[in-house]
Amino acid sequence: MTPFLLLLPAILTMLFVVALPLIFSFYTSMTSYRLTRPETIEDFIWFRNYIRLFENPDFWRAFLRTIVFLAIALNAELLLGLGIALLINKITWGQRTLRTIMMFPMMFSPILVGFQFKFIFNDNIGILNNALQSLGLTTQAIPWLVDAKLAMFSIIFAEVWMSTSVFAILLLAGLFAMPRDPIEAAKVDGCNSWQVFRHITLPFLMPFVFIAMTIRSLDVARAYDIVAIMTGGGPAGRTELLWTMIARVGYDNARMGQANAMAYLSTILSIAFTYYFYTKLVAARRYMGGAE
Amino acid sequence: MSTIAERAAIRRRIQAVGLWLATFLLMVIMCLPGLWVVLAAFRPNREILAKPPIWVPQQLTLNNFAKIFGFGSDQVGIPVLAYFTNSMVIAMTSTVIALVIGVGGGYAFARFRFRFKNGLFLGLMLFRAVPGIALSLPIFMLWSRIGLIDAQLGLIIVYVSLNVPFTIWLIDGFFRQIPISLSEAAQVDGCTRWQAFWKIEFPLARSGIAAAGVFAFLTSWNEFALASQLTRTTDSKTLPVGLMDFTAQFTIDWAGMCAMAVIIIVPALILTFLVQKHLISGLTFGGVKG
Repeated sequence: MTPFLLLLPAILTMLFVVALPLIFSFYTSMTSYRLTRPETIEDFIWFRNYIRLFENPDFWRAFLRTIVFLAIALNAELLLGLGIALLINKITWGQRTLRTIMMFPMMFSPILVGFQFKFIFNDNIGILNNALQSLGLTTQAIPWLVDAKLAMFSIIFAEVWMSTSVFAILLLAGLFAMPRDPIEAAKVDGCNSWQVFRHITLPFLMPFVFIAMTIRSLDVARAYDIVAIMTGGGPAGRTELLWTMIARVGYDNARMGQANAMAYLSTILSIAFTYYFYTKLVAARRYMGGAE
Repeated sequence: MSTIAERAAIRRRIQAVGLWLATFLLMVIMCLPGLWVVLAAFRPNREILAKPPIWVPQQLTLNNFAKIFGFGSDQVGIPVLAYFTNSMVIAMTSTVIALVIGVGGGYAFARFRFRFKNGLFLGLMLFRAVPGIALSLPIFMLWSRIGLIDAQLGLIIVYVSLNVPFTIWLIDGFFRQIPISLSEAAQVDGCTRWQAFWKIEFPLARSGIAAAGVFAFLTSWNEFALASQLTRTTDSKTLPVGLMDFTAQFTIDWAGMCAMAVIIIVPALILTFLVQKHLISGLTFGGVKG
Protein backbone atom coordinates (compact mmCIF):
# COMPACT_ATOMS: atom_id res chain seq x y z
CA MET A 1 0.00 0.00 0.00
CA THR A 2 2.85 2.40 0.86
CA PRO A 3 4.01 3.06 -2.72
CA PHE A 4 0.48 4.01 -3.78
CA LEU A 5 0.15 6.37 -0.84
CA LEU A 6 3.44 8.00 -1.78
CA LEU A 7 2.32 8.31 -5.38
CA LEU A 8 -1.19 9.48 -4.59
CA PRO A 9 -0.42 13.24 -4.67
CA ALA A 10 1.31 12.87 -8.03
CA ILE A 11 -1.54 10.81 -9.49
CA LEU A 12 -4.18 13.21 -8.19
CA THR A 13 -2.34 16.23 -9.56
CA MET A 14 -2.05 14.69 -13.01
CA LEU A 15 -5.67 13.56 -12.98
CA PHE A 16 -7.09 16.93 -12.03
CA VAL A 17 -4.79 19.25 -13.93
CA VAL A 18 -4.12 17.20 -17.07
CA ALA A 19 -6.47 14.23 -17.51
CA LEU A 20 -9.68 16.01 -16.56
CA PRO A 21 -9.00 19.05 -18.78
CA LEU A 22 -8.15 16.68 -21.64
CA ILE A 23 -11.53 14.97 -21.28
CA PHE A 24 -13.21 18.36 -21.24
CA SER A 25 -11.15 19.33 -24.28
CA PHE A 26 -12.34 16.21 -26.10
CA TYR A 27 -15.95 17.06 -25.34
CA THR A 28 -15.47 20.65 -26.49
CA SER A 29 -13.85 19.46 -29.71
CA MET A 30 -17.24 17.95 -30.59
CA THR A 31 -19.19 21.15 -30.05
CA SER A 32 -19.36 24.34 -32.09
CA TYR A 33 -18.22 26.33 -29.04
CA ARG A 34 -17.27 29.94 -29.69
CA LEU A 35 -15.88 32.11 -26.88
CA THR A 36 -18.10 34.99 -27.99
CA ARG A 37 -21.28 32.89 -27.68
CA PRO A 38 -21.07 30.87 -24.43
CA GLU A 39 -24.32 28.96 -25.03
CA THR A 40 -22.78 27.20 -28.07
CA ILE A 41 -20.85 24.87 -25.74
CA GLU A 42 -24.00 22.76 -25.57
CA ASP A 43 -24.28 22.57 -29.34
CA PHE A 44 -23.03 19.00 -29.86
CA ILE A 45 -21.98 18.29 -33.44
CA TRP A 46 -20.11 14.96 -33.12
CA PHE A 47 -17.02 14.82 -35.31
CA ARG A 48 -17.87 17.69 -37.64
CA ASN A 49 -14.94 19.79 -36.33
CA TYR A 50 -12.54 17.00 -37.22
CA ILE A 51 -14.08 16.52 -40.65
CA ARG A 52 -13.83 20.26 -41.29
CA LEU A 53 -10.18 20.17 -40.29
CA PHE A 54 -9.41 17.34 -42.69
CA GLU A 55 -11.05 19.31 -45.47
CA ASN A 56 -9.11 22.46 -44.66
CA PRO A 57 -5.96 22.87 -46.80
CA ASP A 58 -4.53 25.42 -44.31
CA PHE A 59 -4.61 22.77 -41.61
CA TRP A 60 -2.80 20.25 -43.79
CA ARG A 61 -0.18 22.81 -44.77
CA ALA A 62 0.49 23.66 -41.10
CA PHE A 63 0.48 19.95 -40.22
CA LEU A 64 2.99 19.00 -42.91
CA ARG A 65 5.12 22.03 -42.10
CA THR A 66 5.24 20.93 -38.46
CA ILE A 67 6.34 17.41 -39.45
CA VAL A 68 9.03 18.73 -41.80
CA PHE A 69 10.14 21.26 -39.19
CA LEU A 70 10.52 18.55 -36.54
CA ALA A 71 12.26 16.14 -38.92
CA ILE A 72 14.85 18.70 -39.98
CA ALA A 73 15.37 20.23 -36.53
CA LEU A 74 15.64 16.97 -34.59
CA ASN A 75 18.03 15.36 -37.09
CA ALA A 76 20.21 18.44 -37.21
CA GLU A 77 20.26 18.61 -33.41
CA LEU A 78 21.20 14.94 -33.11
CA LEU A 79 23.99 15.12 -35.71
CA LEU A 80 25.43 18.40 -34.42
CA GLY A 81 25.14 17.24 -30.82
CA LEU A 82 26.93 13.99 -31.66
CA GLY A 83 29.67 15.90 -33.47
CA ILE A 84 30.20 18.30 -30.58
CA ALA A 85 30.20 15.47 -28.03
CA LEU A 86 32.82 13.51 -29.99
CA LEU A 87 34.95 16.63 -30.34
CA ILE A 88 34.85 17.49 -26.64
CA ASN A 89 35.44 13.86 -25.69
CA LYS A 90 38.78 13.99 -27.56
CA ILE A 91 39.95 17.06 -25.72
CA THR A 92 41.96 16.46 -22.60
CA TRP A 93 42.53 19.98 -21.30
CA GLY A 94 39.68 22.25 -20.20
CA GLN A 95 37.00 19.65 -20.88
CA ARG A 96 34.83 20.71 -17.97
CA THR A 97 34.96 24.38 -18.94
CA LEU A 98 33.89 23.51 -22.46
CA ARG A 99 31.03 21.42 -21.15
CA THR A 100 29.88 24.29 -18.97
CA ILE A 101 29.98 26.72 -21.88
CA MET A 102 28.04 24.19 -23.94
CA MET A 103 25.18 24.27 -21.44
CA PHE A 104 24.68 27.99 -22.09
CA PRO A 105 21.82 27.67 -24.64
CA MET A 106 20.01 25.17 -22.39
CA MET A 107 19.22 27.87 -19.83
CA PHE A 108 17.55 30.15 -22.34
CA SER A 109 13.81 30.27 -22.23
CA PRO A 110 12.40 29.55 -25.72
CA ILE A 111 10.85 32.99 -25.78
CA LEU A 112 14.33 34.46 -25.21
CA VAL A 113 15.82 32.32 -27.96
CA GLY A 114 13.12 33.61 -30.29
CA PHE A 115 13.72 37.21 -29.26
CA GLN A 116 17.47 36.84 -29.58
CA PHE A 117 17.22 35.60 -33.15
CA LYS A 118 14.54 38.15 -33.99
CA PHE A 119 17.17 40.70 -32.97
CA ILE A 120 19.98 39.01 -34.89
CA PHE A 121 17.99 38.26 -38.06
CA ASN A 122 16.31 41.71 -38.14
CA ASP A 123 16.74 42.95 -41.71
CA ASN A 124 17.49 46.54 -40.70
CA ILE A 125 19.51 46.50 -37.47
CA GLY A 126 20.35 42.80 -37.07
CA ILE A 127 24.00 41.87 -36.58
CA LEU A 128 23.79 39.31 -39.38
CA ASN A 129 22.81 41.75 -42.13
CA ASN A 130 25.15 44.38 -40.69
CA ALA A 131 28.03 41.90 -40.84
CA LEU A 132 27.16 40.75 -44.37
CA GLN A 133 26.95 44.35 -45.57
CA SER A 134 30.16 45.43 -43.81
CA LEU A 135 32.00 42.50 -45.38
CA GLY A 136 30.61 43.55 -48.75
CA LEU A 137 28.89 40.21 -49.33
CA THR A 138 25.59 41.89 -50.11
CA THR A 139 24.44 45.43 -50.73
CA GLN A 140 20.78 45.15 -49.83
CA ALA A 141 19.19 44.05 -46.59
CA ILE A 142 18.24 40.37 -46.73
CA PRO A 143 14.67 39.97 -45.39
CA TRP A 144 15.40 36.99 -43.09
CA LEU A 145 12.09 37.10 -41.24
CA VAL A 146 9.92 38.51 -44.02
CA ASP A 147 10.59 36.11 -46.88
CA ALA A 148 8.68 32.86 -46.30
CA LYS A 149 11.56 30.43 -47.00
CA LEU A 150 14.17 32.46 -45.14
CA ALA A 151 11.81 32.90 -42.17
CA MET A 152 11.35 29.14 -41.91
CA PHE A 153 15.12 28.72 -42.08
CA SER A 154 15.60 31.32 -39.33
CA ILE A 155 13.10 29.56 -37.08
CA ILE A 156 14.75 26.18 -37.59
CA PHE A 157 18.12 27.79 -36.92
CA ALA A 158 16.85 29.20 -33.61
CA GLU A 159 15.32 25.84 -32.66
CA VAL A 160 18.55 23.98 -33.44
CA TRP A 161 20.61 26.52 -31.51
CA MET A 162 18.36 26.05 -28.49
CA SER A 163 18.28 22.27 -28.33
CA THR A 164 21.56 20.97 -29.78
CA SER A 165 23.24 21.21 -26.39
CA VAL A 166 20.70 18.82 -24.83
CA PHE A 167 21.88 16.14 -27.24
CA ALA A 168 25.54 17.11 -26.85
CA ILE A 169 25.42 16.98 -23.04
CA LEU A 170 23.65 13.62 -22.85
CA LEU A 171 25.78 11.99 -25.58
CA LEU A 172 28.92 13.31 -23.89
CA ALA A 173 27.78 11.71 -20.64
CA GLY A 174 27.42 8.48 -22.62
CA LEU A 175 30.93 8.78 -24.04
CA PHE A 176 32.33 9.38 -20.53
CA ALA A 177 30.59 6.25 -19.27
CA MET A 178 31.97 4.12 -22.08
CA PRO A 179 34.48 1.38 -21.19
CA ARG A 180 37.88 1.80 -22.88
CA ASP A 181 38.75 -1.91 -23.27
CA PRO A 182 36.60 -2.81 -26.30
CA ILE A 183 37.99 0.15 -28.23
CA GLU A 184 41.59 -0.76 -27.40
CA ALA A 185 40.93 -4.37 -28.33
CA ALA A 186 39.36 -3.40 -31.65
CA LYS A 187 42.32 -1.15 -32.46
CA VAL A 188 44.77 -3.95 -31.68
CA ASP A 189 42.75 -6.18 -34.01
CA GLY A 190 43.24 -3.62 -36.77
CA CYS A 191 39.97 -1.70 -36.92
CA ASN A 192 40.24 1.82 -38.27
CA SER A 193 38.64 4.68 -36.40
CA TRP A 194 35.48 4.66 -38.56
CA GLN A 195 34.94 0.96 -37.86
CA VAL A 196 35.47 1.52 -34.14
CA PHE A 197 32.93 4.33 -34.20
CA ARG A 198 30.39 2.41 -36.30
CA HIS A 199 30.54 -0.92 -34.48
CA ILE A 200 31.48 -0.03 -30.89
CA THR A 201 30.91 3.62 -30.02
CA LEU A 202 27.61 4.10 -31.81
CA PRO A 203 25.82 0.97 -30.48
CA PHE A 204 26.93 1.92 -26.98
CA LEU A 205 25.60 5.44 -27.43
CA MET A 206 22.17 4.39 -28.72
CA PRO A 207 20.44 4.30 -25.29
CA PHE A 208 21.74 7.82 -24.71
CA VAL A 209 20.37 8.90 -28.08
CA PHE A 210 16.98 7.52 -27.02
CA ILE A 211 17.14 9.29 -23.64
CA ALA A 212 17.86 12.55 -25.42
CA MET A 213 15.06 11.91 -27.92
CA THR A 214 12.60 11.02 -25.12
CA ILE A 215 13.48 14.16 -23.17
CA ARG A 216 13.26 16.27 -26.31
CA SER A 217 9.96 14.71 -27.34
CA LEU A 218 8.44 15.96 -24.08
CA ASP A 219 8.84 19.57 -25.10
CA VAL A 220 8.92 19.77 -28.90
CA ALA A 221 5.93 22.09 -28.68
CA ARG A 222 8.19 24.73 -27.15
CA ALA A 223 8.81 25.74 -30.76
CA TYR A 224 5.48 27.55 -30.39
CA ASP A 225 7.17 30.19 -28.24
CA ILE A 226 9.93 30.74 -30.80
CA VAL A 227 7.52 31.16 -33.71
CA ALA A 228 5.16 33.33 -31.64
CA ILE A 229 7.80 35.97 -31.01
CA MET A 230 9.85 35.66 -34.22
CA THR A 231 7.18 35.77 -36.91
CA GLY A 232 3.81 35.14 -35.26
CA GLY A 233 3.18 32.54 -37.97
CA GLY A 234 3.62 35.06 -40.76
CA PRO A 235 4.33 36.18 -43.44
CA ALA A 236 0.78 35.31 -44.57
CA GLY A 237 0.75 32.10 -42.52
CA ARG A 238 3.84 30.71 -44.23
CA THR A 239 5.59 29.80 -40.95
CA GLU A 240 2.41 28.62 -39.26
CA LEU A 241 2.95 25.45 -37.23
CA LEU A 242 0.21 23.28 -35.76
CA TRP A 243 0.70 24.94 -32.37
CA THR A 244 0.49 28.55 -33.54
CA MET A 245 -2.60 27.63 -35.56
CA ILE A 246 -4.28 26.28 -32.39
CA ALA A 247 -3.63 29.58 -30.60
CA ARG A 248 -4.86 31.66 -33.53
CA VAL A 249 -8.09 29.73 -34.12
CA GLY A 250 -8.84 29.30 -30.41
CA TYR A 251 -7.99 32.66 -28.89
CA ASP A 252 -7.80 35.17 -31.75
CA ASN A 253 -10.77 33.82 -33.74
CA ALA A 254 -12.54 32.56 -30.56
CA ARG A 255 -13.46 29.28 -32.31
CA MET A 256 -12.79 27.02 -29.35
CA GLY A 257 -14.51 23.90 -30.70
CA GLN A 258 -12.36 23.85 -33.81
CA ALA A 259 -9.20 24.71 -31.86
CA ASN A 260 -9.81 21.90 -29.38
CA ALA A 261 -10.13 19.40 -32.21
CA MET A 262 -6.74 20.55 -33.49
CA ALA A 263 -5.26 20.53 -29.99
CA TYR A 264 -6.46 16.96 -29.57
CA LEU A 265 -4.72 15.85 -32.73
CA SER A 266 -1.50 17.59 -31.69
CA THR A 267 -1.70 15.96 -28.26
CA ILE A 268 -2.07 12.50 -29.77
CA LEU A 269 0.85 13.23 -32.08
CA SER A 270 3.10 14.29 -29.19
CA ILE A 271 2.13 11.35 -27.02
CA ALA A 272 2.77 8.89 -29.86
CA PHE A 273 6.16 10.48 -30.44
CA THR A 274 7.15 10.21 -26.76
CA TYR A 275 5.76 6.67 -26.50
CA TYR A 276 7.79 5.56 -29.53
CA PHE A 277 11.11 6.79 -28.16
CA TYR A 278 10.34 5.61 -24.65
CA THR A 279 9.76 2.02 -25.86
CA LYS A 280 12.97 2.29 -27.91
CA LEU A 281 14.75 3.37 -24.73
CA VAL A 282 13.37 0.44 -22.75
CA ALA A 283 14.37 -1.98 -25.51
CA ALA A 284 17.91 -0.56 -25.71
CA ARG A 285 18.18 -0.78 -21.92
CA ARG A 286 17.21 -4.44 -21.96
CA TYR A 287 19.77 -5.05 -24.71
CA MET A 288 22.46 -3.45 -22.55
CA GLY A 289 21.42 -5.58 -19.59
CA GLY A 290 20.76 -2.52 -17.48
CA ALA A 291 17.22 -3.54 -16.54
CA GLU A 292 16.59 -4.76 -13.05
CA MET B 1 68.57 17.71 -34.95
CA SER B 2 65.28 16.24 -33.94
CA THR B 3 64.60 12.54 -34.04
CA ILE B 4 61.56 11.02 -35.71
CA ALA B 5 60.00 10.35 -32.31
CA GLU B 6 60.37 14.00 -31.31
CA ARG B 7 58.85 15.20 -34.53
CA ALA B 8 55.87 12.86 -34.07
CA ALA B 9 55.41 14.23 -30.56
CA ILE B 10 55.42 17.80 -31.86
CA ARG B 11 52.91 16.92 -34.56
CA ARG B 12 50.62 15.33 -31.97
CA ARG B 13 50.85 18.43 -29.82
CA ILE B 14 50.00 20.70 -32.76
CA GLN B 15 47.03 18.47 -33.54
CA ALA B 16 45.83 18.69 -29.94
CA VAL B 17 46.09 22.48 -29.91
CA GLY B 18 44.29 22.67 -33.25
CA LEU B 19 41.50 20.45 -31.98
CA TRP B 20 41.17 22.57 -28.87
CA LEU B 21 41.07 25.80 -30.87
CA ALA B 22 38.42 24.40 -33.21
CA THR B 23 36.24 23.35 -30.29
CA PHE B 24 36.74 26.66 -28.56
CA LEU B 25 35.72 28.55 -31.70
CA LEU B 26 32.60 26.37 -31.97
CA MET B 27 31.69 27.24 -28.38
CA VAL B 28 32.20 30.95 -29.06
CA ILE B 29 29.87 30.71 -32.06
CA MET B 30 27.34 28.96 -29.82
CA CYS B 31 27.53 31.67 -27.17
CA LEU B 32 27.82 34.67 -29.48
CA PRO B 33 24.08 35.24 -30.08
CA GLY B 34 23.42 35.32 -26.34
CA LEU B 35 26.41 37.51 -25.60
CA TRP B 36 25.36 39.97 -28.32
CA VAL B 37 22.00 40.42 -26.61
CA VAL B 38 23.69 40.90 -23.22
CA LEU B 39 26.02 43.50 -24.71
CA ALA B 40 23.12 45.33 -26.38
CA ALA B 41 21.37 45.56 -23.00
CA PHE B 42 24.13 47.93 -21.86
CA ARG B 43 24.15 50.08 -25.01
CA PRO B 44 21.93 53.08 -25.73
CA ASN B 45 19.16 52.47 -28.26
CA ARG B 46 20.57 54.93 -30.78
CA GLU B 47 23.85 53.00 -30.89
CA ILE B 48 21.95 49.76 -31.60
CA LEU B 49 19.95 51.42 -34.37
CA ALA B 50 22.93 53.26 -35.89
CA LYS B 51 23.54 53.02 -39.63
CA PRO B 52 26.31 52.29 -40.53
CA PRO B 53 26.55 49.92 -37.55
CA ILE B 54 28.78 50.71 -34.60
CA TRP B 55 30.69 47.50 -33.89
CA VAL B 56 32.76 48.54 -30.89
CA PRO B 57 30.50 49.99 -28.16
CA GLN B 58 31.22 53.70 -27.68
CA GLN B 59 29.48 53.94 -24.35
CA LEU B 60 28.06 51.45 -21.89
CA THR B 61 25.14 52.44 -19.71
CA LEU B 62 22.75 51.07 -17.11
CA ASN B 63 20.02 53.37 -18.39
CA ASN B 64 18.07 50.57 -20.08
CA PHE B 65 17.67 48.79 -16.76
CA ALA B 66 16.77 51.99 -14.91
CA LYS B 67 14.19 52.73 -17.61
CA ILE B 68 12.35 49.41 -17.55
CA PHE B 69 12.30 49.44 -13.76
CA GLY B 70 10.71 52.89 -13.90
CA PHE B 71 13.55 55.06 -12.57
CA GLY B 72 14.52 58.34 -14.18
CA SER B 73 12.54 60.69 -16.37
CA ASP B 74 12.04 58.69 -19.55
CA GLN B 75 10.21 55.63 -18.26
CA VAL B 76 8.91 52.75 -20.27
CA GLY B 77 5.33 51.88 -19.45
CA ILE B 78 6.07 48.24 -18.74
CA PRO B 79 5.86 47.11 -15.09
CA VAL B 80 8.89 44.81 -15.12
CA LEU B 81 9.18 44.79 -11.34
CA ALA B 82 5.67 43.37 -10.97
CA TYR B 83 6.39 40.73 -13.64
CA PHE B 84 9.60 39.80 -11.86
CA THR B 85 7.81 39.36 -8.53
CA ASN B 86 5.06 37.28 -10.17
CA SER B 87 7.63 35.07 -11.90
CA MET B 88 9.54 34.54 -8.64
CA VAL B 89 6.47 33.76 -6.54
CA ILE B 90 4.94 31.43 -9.12
CA ALA B 91 8.17 29.59 -9.96
CA MET B 92 9.25 29.19 -6.31
CA THR B 93 5.88 27.99 -5.02
CA SER B 94 5.28 25.54 -7.84
CA THR B 95 8.82 24.19 -7.46
CA VAL B 96 8.46 23.55 -3.74
CA ILE B 97 5.12 21.78 -4.19
CA ALA B 98 6.41 19.74 -7.14
CA LEU B 99 9.46 18.70 -5.10
CA VAL B 100 7.36 17.49 -2.16
CA ILE B 101 5.18 15.46 -4.52
CA GLY B 102 8.21 14.35 -6.54
CA VAL B 103 10.27 13.12 -3.58
CA GLY B 104 7.37 10.90 -2.50
CA GLY B 105 6.78 9.60 -6.01
CA GLY B 106 10.46 9.19 -6.84
CA TYR B 107 11.07 7.25 -3.62
CA ALA B 108 8.13 4.99 -4.39
CA PHE B 109 9.48 4.17 -7.86
CA ALA B 110 13.04 3.69 -6.61
CA ARG B 111 12.42 1.52 -3.56
CA PHE B 112 9.17 -0.42 -4.03
CA ARG B 113 7.91 -3.10 -6.35
CA PHE B 114 4.24 -2.82 -7.09
CA ARG B 115 1.70 -3.63 -9.76
CA PHE B 116 1.45 -1.36 -12.81
CA LYS B 117 4.80 0.23 -11.85
CA ASN B 118 6.12 0.59 -15.40
CA GLY B 119 2.74 1.54 -16.78
CA LEU B 120 2.31 4.23 -14.15
CA PHE B 121 5.73 5.66 -14.84
CA LEU B 122 5.08 5.74 -18.58
CA GLY B 123 1.65 7.28 -17.97
CA LEU B 124 3.19 10.14 -15.98
CA MET B 125 5.69 10.80 -18.75
CA LEU B 126 3.02 10.76 -21.46
CA PHE B 127 0.96 13.32 -19.55
CA ARG B 128 4.00 15.57 -19.59
CA ALA B 129 4.13 15.27 -23.38
CA VAL B 130 0.86 17.17 -23.90
CA PRO B 131 1.82 20.40 -25.73
CA GLY B 132 1.44 23.48 -23.53
CA ILE B 133 -0.71 25.34 -26.03
CA ALA B 134 -3.04 22.33 -26.45
CA LEU B 135 -3.44 22.00 -22.68
CA SER B 136 -4.01 25.73 -22.36
CA LEU B 137 -7.39 25.55 -24.19
CA PRO B 138 -9.33 23.39 -21.69
CA ILE B 139 -7.47 24.94 -18.74
CA PHE B 140 -8.44 28.37 -20.02
CA MET B 141 -12.11 27.34 -20.25
CA LEU B 142 -12.10 25.66 -16.82
CA TRP B 143 -10.12 28.37 -15.05
CA SER B 144 -12.38 31.13 -16.34
CA ARG B 145 -15.34 29.26 -14.84
CA ILE B 146 -13.75 29.03 -11.38
CA GLY B 147 -12.03 32.42 -11.41
CA LEU B 148 -8.42 31.30 -11.72
CA ILE B 149 -7.65 33.32 -14.86
CA ASP B 150 -5.15 36.08 -14.17
CA ALA B 151 -4.38 34.68 -10.72
CA GLN B 152 -1.00 33.48 -9.49
CA LEU B 153 -2.66 30.40 -8.01
CA GLY B 154 -3.99 29.38 -11.43
CA LEU B 155 -0.50 29.26 -12.92
CA ILE B 156 1.01 27.62 -9.85
CA ILE B 157 -1.40 24.69 -10.09
CA VAL B 158 -0.63 24.20 -13.78
CA TYR B 159 3.14 24.41 -13.27
CA VAL B 160 3.05 21.85 -10.46
CA SER B 161 1.47 19.38 -12.87
CA LEU B 162 4.03 20.25 -15.56
CA ASN B 163 6.90 19.60 -13.17
CA VAL B 164 5.75 16.51 -11.28
CA PRO B 165 6.55 13.87 -13.96
CA PHE B 166 10.07 15.08 -14.66
CA THR B 167 10.84 15.66 -10.99
CA ILE B 168 9.84 12.06 -10.32
CA TRP B 169 12.06 10.82 -13.18
CA LEU B 170 15.09 12.70 -11.80
CA ILE B 171 14.57 11.94 -8.11
CA ASP B 172 13.88 8.27 -8.84
CA GLY B 173 17.31 8.14 -10.51
CA PHE B 174 19.04 9.83 -7.56
CA PHE B 175 17.51 7.50 -4.97
CA ARG B 176 18.53 4.47 -7.01
CA GLN B 177 22.16 5.60 -6.98
CA ILE B 178 22.10 5.17 -3.18
CA PRO B 179 22.75 1.53 -2.17
CA ILE B 180 19.64 0.06 -0.58
CA SER B 181 21.89 -1.70 1.97
CA LEU B 182 22.47 1.59 3.82
CA SER B 183 18.80 1.94 4.66
CA GLU B 184 18.55 -1.77 5.50
CA ALA B 185 21.52 -1.54 7.88
CA ALA B 186 19.91 1.40 9.66
CA GLN B 187 16.69 -0.55 10.02
CA VAL B 188 18.56 -3.51 11.50
CA ASP B 189 20.04 -1.07 14.03
CA GLY B 190 16.53 -0.10 15.12
CA CYS B 191 15.52 2.79 12.86
CA THR B 192 12.06 2.75 11.38
CA ARG B 193 11.89 2.97 7.60
CA TRP B 194 10.74 6.58 7.97
CA GLN B 195 13.75 7.45 10.18
CA ALA B 196 16.12 5.65 7.81
CA PHE B 197 14.75 7.73 4.96
CA TRP B 198 15.22 11.06 6.77
CA LYS B 199 18.55 10.28 8.40
CA ILE B 200 20.28 8.45 5.55
CA GLU B 201 18.67 8.41 2.14
CA PHE B 202 17.32 11.96 2.03
CA PRO B 203 20.63 13.63 3.02
CA LEU B 204 22.50 11.52 0.44
CA ALA B 205 20.05 12.44 -2.32
CA ARG B 206 19.91 16.09 -1.26
CA SER B 207 22.08 17.56 -4.01
CA GLY B 208 20.21 15.53 -6.60
CA ILE B 209 16.89 16.76 -5.25
CA ALA B 210 18.24 20.30 -5.43
CA ALA B 211 19.11 19.72 -9.09
CA ALA B 212 15.58 18.47 -9.75
CA GLY B 213 14.32 21.61 -8.01
CA VAL B 214 16.40 23.85 -10.23
CA PHE B 215 15.07 22.04 -13.28
CA ALA B 216 11.49 22.54 -12.10
CA PHE B 217 12.16 26.19 -11.27
CA LEU B 218 13.56 26.81 -14.75
CA THR B 219 10.59 25.12 -16.43
CA SER B 220 8.20 27.45 -14.60
CA TRP B 221 10.46 30.49 -14.96
CA ASN B 222 10.77 30.03 -18.73
CA GLU B 223 7.24 28.85 -19.59
CA PHE B 224 5.35 30.97 -22.10
CA ALA B 225 2.58 29.12 -23.98
CA LEU B 226 0.30 28.57 -20.97
CA ALA B 227 1.21 31.77 -19.15
CA SER B 228 0.46 33.90 -22.20
CA GLN B 229 -3.16 32.71 -22.22
CA LEU B 230 -3.84 32.36 -18.48
CA THR B 231 -2.56 35.79 -17.42
CA ARG B 232 -3.89 39.23 -18.22
CA THR B 233 -2.55 41.98 -15.96
CA THR B 234 0.21 42.77 -13.49
CA ASP B 235 -1.64 40.54 -11.01
CA SER B 236 -0.13 37.43 -12.53
CA LYS B 237 1.83 38.19 -15.73
CA THR B 238 5.27 36.60 -15.74
CA LEU B 239 8.49 37.86 -17.32
CA PRO B 240 8.32 35.81 -20.57
CA VAL B 241 4.79 37.11 -21.21
CA GLY B 242 5.90 40.61 -20.30
CA LEU B 243 8.64 40.46 -22.92
CA MET B 244 5.91 40.35 -25.57
CA ASP B 245 4.59 43.72 -24.29
CA PHE B 246 7.46 45.36 -26.09
CA THR B 247 6.50 43.96 -29.48
CA ALA B 248 2.92 45.23 -29.10
CA GLN B 249 4.20 48.79 -29.30
CA PHE B 250 4.51 50.55 -32.62
CA THR B 251 8.28 50.83 -32.53
CA ILE B 252 10.28 48.09 -30.87
CA ASP B 253 12.43 49.23 -27.95
CA TRP B 254 15.34 46.86 -28.66
CA ALA B 255 17.54 48.11 -25.82
CA GLY B 256 14.70 47.71 -23.31
CA MET B 257 13.93 44.21 -24.56
CA CYS B 258 17.59 43.22 -24.31
CA ALA B 259 17.72 44.53 -20.74
CA MET B 260 14.65 42.49 -19.87
CA ALA B 261 16.21 39.44 -21.52
CA VAL B 262 19.21 39.84 -19.22
CA ILE B 263 16.90 40.00 -16.21
CA ILE B 264 15.28 36.71 -17.29
CA ILE B 265 18.52 34.88 -18.05
CA VAL B 266 20.67 35.84 -15.02
CA PRO B 267 18.79 33.82 -12.35
CA ALA B 268 18.65 30.87 -14.76
CA LEU B 269 22.40 31.07 -15.40
CA ILE B 270 23.32 31.18 -11.72
CA LEU B 271 21.04 28.29 -10.75
CA THR B 272 22.12 26.03 -13.61
CA PHE B 273 25.83 26.49 -12.94
CA LEU B 274 25.30 25.62 -9.29
CA VAL B 275 23.81 22.20 -10.02
CA GLN B 276 25.01 21.34 -13.53
CA LYS B 277 26.96 18.22 -12.48
CA HIS B 278 23.99 16.65 -10.68
CA LEU B 279 21.61 17.63 -13.43
CA ILE B 280 23.57 15.71 -16.08
CA SER B 281 24.06 12.63 -13.91
CA GLY B 282 20.38 12.65 -12.95
CA LEU B 283 19.16 12.88 -16.52
CA THR B 284 21.38 10.08 -17.80
CA PHE B 285 21.32 7.70 -14.83
CA GLY B 286 17.57 7.91 -14.46
CA GLY B 287 17.21 6.98 -18.10
CA VAL B 288 19.84 4.29 -18.62
CA LYS B 289 19.47 2.17 -15.50
CA GLY B 290 15.78 1.35 -15.77
